[in-house]
Amino acid sequence: MRNFFQRQGKFRPLFRGDERGKDGEKQIPEDLWIKCPKCSELLYSRECERNGRVCPKCGHHFRLSARERIDLLVDEDSFEEWDTGLRTQDPLEFVDGQGPYTEKVEKTRKKTGENESLITGRATINGRPFAIVVAEFSFLGASMGSVWGEKLARAVERATEQGIAVLTINASGGARMHEGLFSLMQMAKTIAAFHRLGERGLPHISLLVDPCYGGVPASYATVADVMLAEPGALIGFAGQRVIEQVTRQKLPEGFQTAEFLLEHGMLDQIVDRNALRDTMTRLSDHYIRRPDSIGTYYPKGLVPDLPTVEAPEEPGQTPVSAEAGEES
Amino acid sequence: MTENVSDQAPAEQQEVEELTAMDRVRLARDPNRPATLDYVQELLQNVMELRGDRAFGDDQALIGGLGTFRGRSVVWLGHQGGSNTKENLLRNFGMPRPEGFRKARRLMQHAEKFGLPIITFVDTSGADPGISSEERGQANAIAECLMQMIGTRVPIVCTVIGEGGSGGALAISLGDRLLMLENAIYAVASPEACAAILWKDAGKAPEAAATMRITAADLQRFGIIDELIPEPVPAHEAPRDTIQTVGDRIEAHLDELTALLGSDERPDMQGLLDRRYDKFRVIGAWSEV
Repeated sequence: MRNFFQRQGKFRPLFRGDERGKDGEKQIPEDLWIKCPKCSELLYSRECERNGRVCPKCGHHFRLSARERIDLLVDEDSFEEWDTGLRTQDPLEFVDGQGPYTEKVEKTRKKTGENESLITGRATINGRPFAIVVAEFSFLGASMGSVWGEKLARAVERATEQGIAVLTINASGGARMHEGLFSLMQMAKTIAAFHRLGERGLPHISLLVDPCYGGVPASYATVADVMLAEPGALIGFAGQRVIEQVTRQKLPEGFQTAEFLLEHGMLDQIVDRNALRDTMTRLSDHYIRRPDSIGTYYPKGLVPDLPTVEAPEEPGQTPVSAEAGEES
Repeated sequence: MTENVSDQAPAEQQEVEELTAMDRVRLARDPNRPATLDYVQELLQNVMELRGDRAFGDDQALIGGLGTFRGRSVVWLGHQGGSNTKENLLRNFGMPRPEGFRKARRLMQHAEKFGLPIITFVDTSGADPGISSEERGQANAIAECLMQMIGTRVPIVCTVIGEGGSGGALAISLGDRLLMLENAIYAVASPEACAAILWKDAGKAPEAAATMRITAADLQRFGIIDELIPEPVPAHEAPRDTIQTVGDRIEAHLDELTALLGSDERPDMQGLLDRRYDKFRVIGAWSEV
């Protein structure tokens, strides 16, 4: 699991400015140029930003913060955040080699500006209302603890009450071990909430983004009605280092990537980040009850006669939306 | 470090009270500790194992089937490891592959179709972390099993009899009652893995074990388990007595759950599901500012 925290290091230059080299020599200003870790192209960072932090040359998807994802995806000013006042407790009075858990959480809150590793709320996408749930990987590796479970259960219960669809954007490094079995039990609590959502006939669409491991994919994130993933995202139950240690085998090429999962039947589609708005709109519109159907889903607050989104010309290939890029 | 055990414990239990969390980890993993098949053999009659996931294969680390438990037909499920190398290879050291979880899911649907209560025996170090398990969707197999279990319209009683290891254990633990033997453990990660990640030293497992609060007494205090089943002596020293005690407690809980269902003609299955929902809904340690 740890290797994912380390992997994050590669992407750091994207978020830092005017750093100097070891001997004080002026480096290429990193706020202007970044190097794509996949194709090694030197990219003009503004251009990459405008493209939703997707490499314009090879399509590599850089990691985004939860708030960046929300900004890219939803209609401007439509996001209403839920349950920002929830704070984790320390039921185990957990102290590890690095000190008390409570201090670690406080430090992380200051560093990230977030209160927890999950952000929930309601927003519209092209006018369609959704409950939106997004993991924040920079907050303790998007580990699922009690606050995650409570926020998610409340969000899904609200969606059930309001009769709206749920979109979850899932990343996780695993369980919040500092919360012990409380952490594991959040898998039970969240799956229960999604079970009720499903009984009401409301859609859950899950997007898996890099990296997504452990209890999150082993609970609600892989039993959605539609399973999507970003290109290149690493997704699995056990982390690669654990598998290598246990099996002493070399991992196959492309192991646990979104493409690997698609090939093995675990995903419906891999969706380019800049096509997500269109995909979400066209997808969820299929579930809406029409005068001539007996569908279960009619979102309250949906404005009638919303413009439909045209299907792309090439099947399976959604064109990059210029509009989505400009919102970043 | 000593564990918190009830003050009313009789004097003969003094010795047990001195056990550390790591001592209990060792007891929970003792190869001679009664395992699922011992419980099945001792507590059930007319046992029929039902095998296979109908998609890929049959997992021998997570097994199940039909049986008569004290007069009732039930579906039973449990993890099963081995006590020697040959058995361990057959049963993958009690670590289920996706086929095991998919079989468990199928048997839960089977139980629901015929209105049979489910009893489960939890005893695994965790789900298999191998390459082929990943290829066949280990995460999804567990998730589907959880989704099935939370909505299964029959009473379910789960008992942690040995090691409750993370998601692989949780997959057959979402019942109406969760019981746990005194020397069993239930943890989000093994103490060794936790020590390696948070202490950067697998040798700190005893410290991790204590810090993680994985004993039955801790989990009872947290309200995560419904009942701690005492082990006056460790289960492997008195296997028959332990198994019968566990059987008595499962029976008592099944009776209680059946009574809550109301009339035989129109059992209140929605009430059962609602209570199950509430049971898991309240688990968490958070505050709101």
